[in-house]
This record gives sequence, structure tokens and C-alpha cells, in this order.
Amino acid sequence: MPPRVGVVVNPIAGLGGRVGLKGTDGVEVVARALALGAVPRAGARMAEALAALRARRRDVAIVSGDDAHDPVGGTNAADTIVAARVLAEAGVDLLLFAGGDGTARDILTAVGDRVPVLGVPAGVKMHSAVFAASPRAAADLAAAFFAGDAALAELEVMDLDEEAYRAGRVSARLYGFVRGPYRRDLVQGVKVGGVAGETAALDGLAAEVASRLGPGTPAILGPGTTMRAVAEALGAAKTLLGVDLVRDGRVIAVDAAEADLLRALATAEDARLIVAPIGGQGHILGRGNQQVSSEVIRRVGLDRLIVAATPAKLASLHHQALRVDTGDSGLDRALAGYRRVVTGRGAEAVCRVVA
Amino acid sequence: MAAFEHPYVPNASAGPRRRLLDALGIADVEALYAAIPADLRVKGVLDLPAPLPAEQDLRRHVAELIEQNRGAGDLLIFRGAGCWPHHVPALCDEITGRGEFLTAYAGGTYSDHGKNQAVFEFQSLIGALVGLDVVTPPTYDAAGAANSALRAACRVTGRSGIVVPALMNPDRLEQMRGFVRPTAQPRAVRQDPATGQLDLADLEAKLGPDVGAVFLEQPGFLGTIETQGAAIAERVHAAGAMLVVGVDPLSLGVLAAPSDWGADFVTGDIQPLGIHMHAGGGCAGFIATRDEARLVAELPTTLISAAPAEGGGVGFAWSTPERTSYDTRHEATDYYGTTQWLWGIGAAVYLSLLGPKGLAELGEVIMQRSLYAARAVARVPGVRVPHLDRPFFKEFVVTFDKPGATVTAINRALLAHGIVGGHDVSRLWSGGPAMLMCVTETHDRAAIDRLAAALAEVLS
Amino acid sequence: MTAPRNGFHAARWNEPLIQDLSEPGARGLLPGAVEPAIRAGAGDALARVPAHVRRAAPPALPEVTQHRVVRHFTRLAQMTMGFDVTTDMMGTCTMKYSPKVHEHIVRAARLADVHPGQDPETLQGVLAILYRFNRMMCAIAGMDEFTFQPASGAQGIYTNACLIRAYHAARGELGRRDEIITTAFSHPADAATPHVAGFKVITLMPGPQGYPELAALEAAVSPRTAGLMLTNPEDTGQYNPAIRAFVERVHAVGGLCAYDQANGNPLLGIARAGDAGFDLCQFNLHKTFSAPHGAIGLGCAAVGVKEPLRRFLPRPVVTLDGTRYGLDDDRPDAIERIRAFLGNVPTVVKAYAWVMSLGTEGLRAVAETAVLNNNYLLANIRRIKGVAIPWPENTAPKLEQVRYSWEPLHNDTGVTTMEIEQRMVDYGVQHYMPSHVPVLVPQPFTIEPGESLTIEEMDHMIATLRAIAAEAYEEPEVVHHAPHHASVARVDDGIANDPATWAFTHRALAKKRAAWSKPRSAAAKRHAGY
Repeated sequence: MPPRVGVVVNPIAGLGGRVGLKGTDGVEVVARALALGAVPRAGARMAEALAALRARRRDVAIVSGDDAHDPVGGTNAADTIVAARVLAEAGVDLLLFAGGDGTARDILTAVGDRVPVLGVPAGVKMHSAVFAASPRAAADLAAAFFAGDAALAELEVMDLDEEAYRAGRVSARLYGFVRGPYRRDLVQGVKVGGVAGETAALDGLAAEVASRLGPGTPAILGPGTTMRAVAEALGAAKTLLGVDLVRDGRVIAVDAAEADLLRALATAEDARLIVAPIGGQGHILGRGNQQVSSEVIRRVGLDRLIVAATPAKLASLHHQALRVDTGDSGLDRALAGYRRVVTGRGAEAVCRVVA
Repeated sequence: MAAFEHPYVPNASAGPRRRLLDALGIADVEALYAAIPADLRVKGVLDLPAPLPAEQDLRRHVAELIEQNRGAGDLLIFRGAGCWPHHVPALCDEITGRGEFLTAYAGGTYSDHGKNQAVFEFQSLIGALVGLDVVTPPTYDAAGAANSALRAACRVTGRSGIVVPALMNPDRLEQMRGFVRPTAQPRAVRQDPATGQLDLADLEAKLGPDVGAVFLEQPGFLGTIETQGAAIAERVHAAGAMLVVGVDPLSLGVLAAPSDWGADFVTGDIQPLGIHMHAGGGCAGFIATRDEARLVAELPTTLISAAPAEGGGVGFAWSTPERTSYDTRHEATDYYGTTQWLWGIGAAVYLSLLGPKGLAELGEVIMQRSLYAARAVARVPGVRVPHLDRPFFKEFVVTFDKPGATVTAINRALLAHGIVGGHDVSRLWSGGPAMLMCVTETHDRAAIDRLAAALAEVLS
Repeated sequence: MTAPRNGFHAARWNEPLIQDLSEPGARGLLPGAVEPAIRAGAGDALARVPAHVRRAAPPALPEVTQHRVVRHFTRLAQMTMGFDVTTDMMGTCTMKYSPKVHEHIVRAARLADVHPGQDPETLQGVLAILYRFNRMMCAIAGMDEFTFQPASGAQGIYTNACLIRAYHAARGELGRRDEIITTAFSHPADAATPHVAGFKVITLMPGPQGYPELAALEAAVSPRTAGLMLTNPEDTGQYNPAIRAFVERVHAVGGLCAYDQANGNPLLGIARAGDAGFDLCQFNLHKTFSAPHGAIGLGCAAVGVKEPLRRFLPRPVVTLDGTRYGLDDDRPDAIERIRAFLGNVPTVVKAYAWVMSLGTEGLRAVAETAVLNNNYLLANIRRIKGVAIPWPENTAPKLEQVRYSWEPLHNDTGVTTMEIEQRMVDYGVQHYMPSHVPVLVPQPFTIEPGESLTIEEMDHMIATLRAIAAEAYEEPEVVHHAPHHASVARVDDGIANDPATWAFTHRALAKKRAAWSKPRSAAAKRHAGY
């Protein structure tokens, strides 16, 4: 059966970036961008990706969701959501969308993890892990997925608060996870099996982290799939997006806010804080887990912070450092430098952390 | 540094070296070594012998050294114990000497299609011998293969204990002890010295709930043939463990494939299959098992799978590399690297030449010659062959009644007759001096009679 | 400008599997019959074996004439791109010319047909070479004793891990020293083998220069440190100039340092492991010392140690007593044997002959030329559109190899490094090595020219890469669907990774080939048990 690709283009994505606006969320921004001479480019980016995909897979069937959009007036998140839902219900094998983090959030809202999703980068902000590096790289990944050479992974959808961003403050949130094609960087003949092997790697990592927590030790677990695995190894079920507090295999605070964490820490001397890199840029603190505030981190103590990441996750950052951005520059400086990262059972990596 | 003329280093000559330096815009190659601190640089020259750059000088020098050895052309070699004197067909040397194979390395599906097919055929031919669907390319040696299989079996069973036969090859046991050291200490099950048979009662006693793998040799290290294979496998499986059997693949033309009586993994050395002894360099192993994903997942080596090529043909691809340490480093459960593939190609040629009839005939020839030899030796006064009335393959124990005799002394005396006697197994046998004699298709009647006569003279 | 090899097509014999060439009754080799006296003396030896232990049905080996076997394997050889046939610059593999004279030397009956258990008096030639080469390797590496028992680089590194284990065990510290430190760009075996030997593994990630900084090591060392095992230069071709400080830092906490010289070709006669303070090291004789790679074997690692570790080397050790060579088997402190007997002896003989041919001046010429060649390639390859050099801020020259990146080309064209790798075969060159794991460089390719090739051969490789890059930009389909001129048409290697369809032997193929035509969904493959 020829693979069916559903296509959603957010035509205004990226408009802001070309004219110096940080993002394109909101009707006023679109209007300003167009007034400043911005030319919609998401459509062209998608066209490039589709042409490249066709060059690999002549049999691919493309189902358009474009009709839901009006590139000039009235374009909004609702259009993207409607288009994506229609395509998901039509049973496409892959939902290919062009846009930025805002579009990715809309896709998340629309389809959740019901259909595989892949982003063609066309936005201003692209912190989400769902984006390929370029339109042609997206085509390559889609083709690999159809060939069975890439498996599905839970990929972060993140976005900045654009108001804050335009005001010069960075405040990234983790909005959720979609399922998207994922491939370890190819070396000789590495196939889909390597990805499922990732489950075993995660299990080993989780067991190692769990073994470091003594009885009665409260552990603050950050968001994401790695921390979910750690919670499972501890015998607890944690929220995927939230920051949870776990002790002796029991979740004692679900989706905790900063205040909840501080309250819990008031009575716990020996708490551990366990986090994993979030998204494609390697942030371990300050993006996507702002609940773990600088005060929470200081209260726990820097020497009681455990960073965990599978080798594949570290490799996906390529040779970039891990990042911290807690909003507290003194703390960021203290966290920077080299830090041991748990990567598996009896295995650690020493990674550079930069502020 | 000055230009250097040598055929192995063409660009060290003045002309090319100048061209390269000019292309890089540097005056001297020293500029390229800037990253190496001066205090780590070699001062002066290495203390090495004066070179012999002319091929005839080099060849004469090395050949003169090698000529100081004596080998099968000079001596009658009745020594096996892990490396055996067999006939090597000319075609095996011819093919393993082909430059395309000899100088190939890590080429893949397309660049090294022929290499991959040859090694797939090695896997296939060994699979036919051992009766199993999954066979690895050649591993380092028999012990390495058994070691990997034992630890794999332990991972599959989730247990750590390893049980081995008391009379197994001590050198291989030493390799095993080293390899399993982090997880286990092999425990020995008694073998009846009179028969070589495993003691089933002792096996049951040793099969505790922690035992994940049991090792067995067929034929046994001392040449004896285990006849209770099925009963052993049954007990091993009933205890929740797995059975790893080490074979001499050359015996499988006449002996039942261990998979037929319950082996979960079969391992062995392929040196008997058309590979010269090379002072032990001819050794190479293999691992075979059933076609189950959970077992394949534990194999540490490359595996070559057949796969469809466009247009209906068959090609070859390396399967599931994430099992190997190449792909997952310390996440892998075993290590893997360059092994002994060239000998696998030689073994594939050998088995292709011999065919089913040839292998069966050869097995019978070896059994007849070794039995004839055992009887001839046993007729020498003061010499006993304890397993004379038991079936054995290729090797048999010889003991000596002479008071004060040592195998070392006997072998030294035999050497004066141009004979390499058996491997010293006195410590394993623990009943006085004992050697493990090896007789193959290469030993004709005259050779065997010479052995018996020399022994008689040595012991008189 | 040198052109790529257009119009090439590899031999494509469509040669059937040997088992499919079987013709009943055909004989390839006769084992011969025993003499009547033996038959009379032995009787029916096989009948002594109980029936249930005898093979009931003959094994399913093919019946093929000798001539057809010759043809079959000769054709397979022709469909293999060995170094004798074409240029092979696979990074990290140190491909180089393997002198033919060595092959003729080792075929001598007095080497090939020698049993390792013979009396040392009859092995004086072998032992002389092992002994002399041991001293030569000590001079090359600055070590005190070597063993040549390990049969591959990985096994050599494993030997290093076992020696480190034995050293700490002898001091009663093994229990509290359980961590080995390595680096992300060291060979995978530097991480895998200490794990197999029972250690925990700590991997230093690269710093801004592409190799780990001392501060990274600082975060890793502790009283738990058993040792450091790494390559330098790493797989990137970058030499870590702080290497001595690394060694000193590990020594300061009581650990040992093992120098994996897998990338040692550029250091011959230039820098020695011993001088940098390393306690152990290993060289690949089948790579750096010219012994052929043997279609992935016959490897040999030379493992060298400093004096305090000599007593741990595995038995037997070759000794010289005045004029006669012997074997010391009585070594109570030794680690257990790593491989049967003396290792891959012919490989050692070839390495010995190579050093004897080149001498000290020649080894240095090898190293310098390998570095010169590599930087010549680098200067040209970096100018190819779509190529990036990782860590551009590190401007130090690379040594013997470079890990390049096709990331710009991939983002521009969607063409991957694996597709380019396959396309290279169409131009009649062996493909490159993309990368070891972890793959920290996106769309990587690693090229190591060695010292054997001429400028013209290097220009040819450059032209080939340039031609393929141009294709990626101009007609990417050609690269996507490569190879077109190889010994086999495109292969669906997904089949090789699915337990339902993989086939590792002819007998498995017979059972599973029917499943090849069934549609396989990606989901089915993913949940296939891997």
C-alpha cells in the first residue's frame, strides 16, 4: 500500500522572523509582519519537502489539509486544528506539517498521539523535537519511516511564551508529546531495531537511577519519558508533563507547582532532584520544567541533582553541551561546568553544562 | 625530515612529498604535528634493527628464522588438544590467499557482496553440520565462542551459574574462568575417568536454581564420546538452564548433531576444516543456536542475513547490529571486533569440497586410523589406552606404567625419533603420566607403526 | 583535474549459493580410504559408537565438483572490493598495502604446519620472531613487555581491561575501584570491554575543541577510578594535547592508564605511549603494522605493559635463555589466557617483516606521510559543497583521519551520508566509514588515507566525493537509489532485521523465503522483539 501523507501548512508561520518579530502568534503580529513586507514561505518549504519525498518514494499519496487555511485573513490556530483532525480521521500514515512551535502546539491539540507527526521547519521558534533540520531532511526522515527504517518516539512539543519572548525574556514550556518518526543517526546498517533497543537502554538507566535512591528519599522527577521510566523503576506512575514528587515508590505530589515543591522540601533534608534534557537543545533546567525554580534547586542542593539521559539522547544533541537557564544567573554559573550524567546501568557520561 | 624511498610509502619520496607540502603551504611536516607537545615527542630514533628494504634480503632473513622451526613436513605430529594436524586442501589456501578476500575489511552489502556471500555460506554450511538455523561468522576461537554462548545463556535464563565437565580442556577452562569472572565461577561436574561419561547424579546435584548454563564437549576433551546427551539435556532443561555444547565440527559427518539431542547453543573450532595449524593461529570459533529472536538478541557478533535484491536475486546484509558493542558500546552485553573471517571462508571452501559423503567418509577414516593407532600403542609394553574399549574420535588417552616416567621425558625422547607425542594430560587424569594422542587422516599406517615402535624403544 | 571513474561496473555474477549448486554424486575432494591393514586392525570403528549417537542422515552439504567450487569462490572474490583491488580509505580502519612477500613467507610449511604445543626446541624460529618483535614493539611504544595473544584490537583492549582488573585485585582494591573512564570518540571497545570485564564505564564527552577537556576528567576521577582507556588521536583525527595531564590526574587517584593505539599510525616514531606515562597500550598489527585485514580477520593486538604489570601478562611468555628461546608457562599472577595458544602467529610474522623492511626511519616516514596525505585530503574535501568540518574553532591540523560531516548537504538536498556511501561503490571505490557510535557528528563520514596511496589515488577519491556531492544537488534521485553498478542490485535490508524474515543460513532461508513477499508494516518490525 502506498503510504499516505497528510499535509498541513501554516501559511503565516515564520512571517515574524524575517522581519525581526519573534514569532508570529496573534493576529496583530501577522498584520504587522505583512505590513513590514514579510512573504509567506511555509508553503514553499512544504513544497520543497514534498518534492524531495516524491524523489524517493514515487508512490507516496499526498492528502492536503491546506483548504482549511486562508493565508491572508482569518488564519488562526483553529484552522490548523481542524485540518489536522480531518487528516487524522482520514487515516493518513504520517501528518507532515510546516510551521513553528506554535503550529506544533496546534497539531498536538488536534491529534495528540493518534497519528505520527513530522514537522517541516518553517517557523521562527523551533524548540520542539518534532522538527526535522530542513525540508529535505524531513523528506528523508519521512521516507525512512515509510521504509521501516525509523520508528516512532515520543517527541517534545515546546513553545515559548511569545509575549515574554518579545519582551526579551525566555520562558519555554513543555506542552506535551506527539509521536513522530525518530531515527538514531545512521551508522552502518542501523535499522529500526536500534530504536526499540532504546527501551532497554531506558530501562537500564531507570534502574541505575532508582538504585541511587535510598529508602525514604524523596525524589523530584522532572517531565518527560526518561523520568517516567525512572518513576516506573521506582514503582510509581508519574505524569508525563508534570514535575512529580516520589518517595518509596509512591507519588506524593502530582504535577507539583513550585510552591508545592518548596513546601515538601521544607520537611525533607535529603531530597534528590532528577532531570533529563528536554527538547532538541539539551536544556536540563529552566526550560519545560520551570516549576523546578532556582529556589527549589538551591533548596535541594546542587550535589543532590541527578541528570539522566540515554546515550542516544545525548548523541541526538550532537556535540552540544547541556544547558541551564534557571533565570538565576548565579545559580546557572554554579551549575555550569562538567557534570556526570547517568546514561545506563553502571554507566555515566561526563557532559559539559553551559548557562 | 629527509625524503625516504620505499615502495610501501610512495609519498615519502622527494617529489610527491614536496607536492603535498606545497599544496598545504607548509615547509615541513612538523607543522602538522603542532598538537603534540614537544616533551612527548620521540627524541632521536627508535632502537630498532637495521632495516632490510630489499625484498630478497627481507625474505631471506625471515625465511631463515622460520626454517629453524620444524613442522609436519619434518615431524610426525600426534598432538591435538585444541589445534589438530589435518590435511588442508590446496583450494582452501588458494581461496584464502586471494587478494580480494585477504585485503578486504569492513565493506558492506554492495562493495563486499562476495565476501558476505562467502561468510553467509560459512554460516550455512556450519548450520548444516550442527543442525541449527542461526550460525555466527567465525569468532576468535572455540573457547571464546563457548564463553560468549555461556554468558548469553545466562542472560536468557536470568541466572549466573555455569557448570562444566570436570575433564574439559583445561586451557579452554582457563579462558572461560577469565571471561566469566565478573559473574560466575564455573563449577565442575564429575566425569567418569573410565568412560568419559558425565556423572548424571552429580549433574543433578550441581544444577541448582542459580545455574543458567551447562557446558559439554562432544567429543570430550579426552576424545571420548558422550552417549547420554539427551539425558543430560533433559536434566539441564528441567532445571531451567540451557545447554551449550562444544563440538569438533569434523566429527559431525559421523556423530549426531547436538541440536538433535537438545543442545541450545553449539560452539566449536573450525581449524580442522581446511585451516593450517599456524602454530595455533589457525584456530577460529563459531556459535550456533535456534532461530529465536530472544537467542539471536544475545549473540555478540555480526550476523549476515540473506535478503531480497531488486529483480529477484539474493543479497546479504548485516543484521541487527545493535546487538554488538560496535553499535552500542558498553550497553552491549559482550564485546566484538575483528575476528577470524578469513578462516571462515577457508572452512566454507573445505565443506563445499568435502560434501556430505566426503565428511562422513573422512570421519570414518579418522576413527579407523585412531582406533588402529590406539591398539598399536596399547600393545607396547607399559602403555595403556584406558578408553580402548570405548568409542572415541581422533584423540585418546595413553598412560604409562613405567615408574618415574613423565610425559615431558617421553615426549623429549619421541622427538629424537622425529615424533611429536601427545599433549600432557597427567594433571587432569590424576592417575600417573598420561598424554592425549591425536591421530587424523594424515597419519598413514607407516606413521602409526613408527609411533608404536618409537614408543616401545623409548620405554624400553 | 582527476576525474571519477565513470563507466565502472562491478562484477555481477549472480552466483547462486553453494548449496544451490549441488548435483547428486559430484565430488570435490576424496578423503581416501584407509590401508587394508588398518581396516583389518581397526575393524568397523564407527560401529562401536551407539546408534543413537551416530549421525542418522548425512549433513546437507552441497555436492559440487572441485572445479565448480574453484569457480564459485573465485567469483565471490571478484565481487569483493579488497585493498588489492581498489582504494579503501575507511576511517579508523588504517587500510594500507599488505606486502605480498609476507604472504609468501608465512605459507612456508615450517610455519603453516606447526603445532603450537610442539617442544620449544622445534619452534625456535617462531619464538625468535615473537621474542624479537616483542623487543621491537617495546622500542616503538616505550613499554617493557608485550603479548601478542589477543586476536583483534577489541580483544587487545579487553586484555588491557583484564590487566587493570588483575592489578587492582592483587592490591586488594578491586572492590572499591570499579570505574573505567573513556571518551566518546575512543573506539567502542574502549567502553565495551571494561564493561564485559565487570567495570562501570564513564564516558567523557567532547569539549569545545572536539576532545574532552581536563575539567571533564576532573568530574570523573575519584577513588573509585580503576583506569583510563582511550585513543588519542581520537576517531576525529584530533590529538588531545593535554594527554599527559590526563594520565597524571588518573595516576594521582591510583588508577592505571591504557593507551588504545588503534589510531597509532601517525605516531610511529613520533610519540610513544610509554613516554606519555601510560601503563598499558595496544596496537592493531593487522592494521597499523600492515598485516592484511583478512575480510575481518586475522587480527592481532600487540598489548604492551610497563614493568609493574609484566607479571600479569597471560601465559605463555616467550623467554630467551642465552641462545635458546623458551615458553614460560608458570605464571601464578597472570590473567587467564585471552585466546588459544600463542595468538595469530602469522599476523605477528607479517608485522615483524614490515618493521624489518622499514626500520626506524621508515616507520617515521609512514607516520608523517599518513598525516601529510590526510591533511591533503582535508584541504580538498573541505572545499566540496555540502561538507562541514566539525569544531571549526579547532584549527590544529588533524593527524591521520578526519570525521567530516555532510550536514549542510543533507539539509540542502535530503541526501544522507549512508546514501553517498552506497553511491561510492558505483565509482569503483570502497565506501568510507561513516562513524563509530555515539554519532555525535551529524551525517558523518570518516576518511583515513594511510600512507600507501599515491597523490593520484587521493585525487581520485576527492573527485569521486565531489562528483557525488554534485549529484546530490543536481539529481539527488541518482544518489537516493544507489548503487546502480554494484555486484548486487539494491537489497531490502529491512528483511535482515526482522525476526520473521531474517535468514542466517541456507536452511533458514529455505523456511523463511516465502515470508519475504508478505507485506511488512513498520509497526510489525518495531515490535518484533528487538
